[in-house]
Amino acid sequence: MIILGTILTLVFSAVLIAALLVAAGVFTWVERRVLGFFQERLGPNRVGPFGFLQWVADTVKLITKEDAAPPGADLFAYRLAPVLASAPVLAGFGVIAFAPQMSVAALDMGLIFAMGMLALTVYGMVLGAWASRNRYAMLGGLRAGAQLLAYESFLGLSLMGVVLLTGSFNLGQIVAAQGDLWFVVQQPLGCLLFLIAGTAAAHRLPFDLQESEQDLVAGFMTEYSGMSFALFFLGEYLAILLVAALATTLFFGGWHGPWLPGPVWFGVKMGVIAFAFIWVRAALPRPRYDQLITFAWKAALPLALLNLLLTGALVVLGGQP
Amino acid sequence: MTGILDQLWRIGRMLFLPKQTRGYPEVKPVLPPRYRARIVLTRDPDGQERCVACNLCAAACPPDCIEVVKAETEDGRWYPATFRINFSRCIFCGFCEEACPTSAIQLTPDFELADYDRDSLLYDKQDLLIAGPGKRPDYSYWQVAGKAIAGKDKGAGENEAPPVDLKDLTP
Repeated sequence: MIILGTILTLVFSAVLIAALLVAAGVFTWVERRVLGFFQERLGPNRVGPFGFLQWVADTVKLITKEDAAPPGADLFAYRLAPVLASAPVLAGFGVIAFAPQMSVAALDMGLIFAMGMLALTVYGMVLGAWASRNRYAMLGGLRAGAQLLAYESFLGLSLMGVVLLTGSFNLGQIVAAQGDLWFVVQQPLGCLLFLIAGTAAAHRLPFDLQESEQDLVAGFMTEYSGMSFALFFLGEYLAILLVAALATTLFFGGWHGPWLPGPVWFGVKMGVIAFAFIWVRAALPRPRYDQLITFAWKAALPLALLNLLLTGALVVLGGQP
Repeated sequence: MTGILDQLWRIGRMLFLPKQTRGYPEVKPVLPPRYRARIVLTRDPDGQERCVACNLCAAACPPDCIEVVKAETEDGRWYPATFRINFSRCIFCGFCEEACPTSAIQLTPDFELADYDRDSLLYDKQDLLIAGPGKRPDYSYWQVAGKAIAGKDKGAGENEAPPVDLKDLTP
């Protein structure tokens, strides 16, 4: 039975990884298309029906491109960095519960694990920036580190309200506790703070300071090309999906929903949140990074603490778990 | 905060607005008649070549992509024995059209010249000549010019007075 369980887990992992890679690829197409629509253009519409196969063409292009390294680069670290930027995000999906009992590993510390994996991607960025031996990359790496210190201050705290209400770090149990009422109703401030921090954690516009094209060329991945570049890109898009999945799990009731099966509801909610990410990207300008850090430490962190305090008081007074 | 929400609303609305993108290969653009693209050599209303091989177009051409070799008919008309435009160098500035004294060389709105082979962008006289008079349908250089050709003596052109007899004192 143990062997059967292991095999099942392995198969599920493989299917999940394949699905996630395809989802990240499709998401790049969706983003380019939707971003085009937001900007009164059509976006890529040539390859396949509605340009749907654009991501396949891009993948083929990236695979066949030369994977160059700048002279003077630290080759070992240079090759390791893209892996560090994408692999942890894939691992983070391991604890997501897509339906009751449907996760690779239903860890009791699942939320902490996912947060940790999301934070680990910064190592990939800083390492890649350092190994590239390029000034723009270095500036991007420095900003990645500074931004980590900014958003991590309230990313974890914004979720503690949910954990207090549920009494568990297990993502499956957190979803199960939202059968009647989504936590976004009880924790609107926490949800908002988490989405802001999640945008920064996935280094998306308006918080993509470490790769801001206008001032840093491409930030930490300036020197990367071919599949190394693709891995960084993959890491970024997987991080968006991971943040969307976590937001779905924590605030939007996970698999709960009428008529449709659980995993479909999960996917739909993830898609809507990812769409909101594109919308925000199209609408909002990028702040300076000192503005981001000021916002994080002087506004968001106190708000997160306040949210935690109020939730704690309510839980204690209301006698909930 | 209201600024951010306002911005989100305004950008979100764009999703449903008509798009500015033109579907070029399927939807052809409507170009004005004076658009500067593929160069042609036009003919007189009576069907003869307008080009007199004066070489002004080749002299005006900034990238030097026009090659003209002059020849002459028996009655004294000049015409180009060779007229060659290298469209892989042409920048479609229209200076040749401005320089042309006989309105022979003209630019047309046909811009779809792309090719995989450089050699096929070398247009010779037979590729450039068209059947019609182009943008100046009534203009016929040899009928207004002061040069004598077969069937038209000096002074017999349109708007031309007969030549003054220098030996004659009468007004």
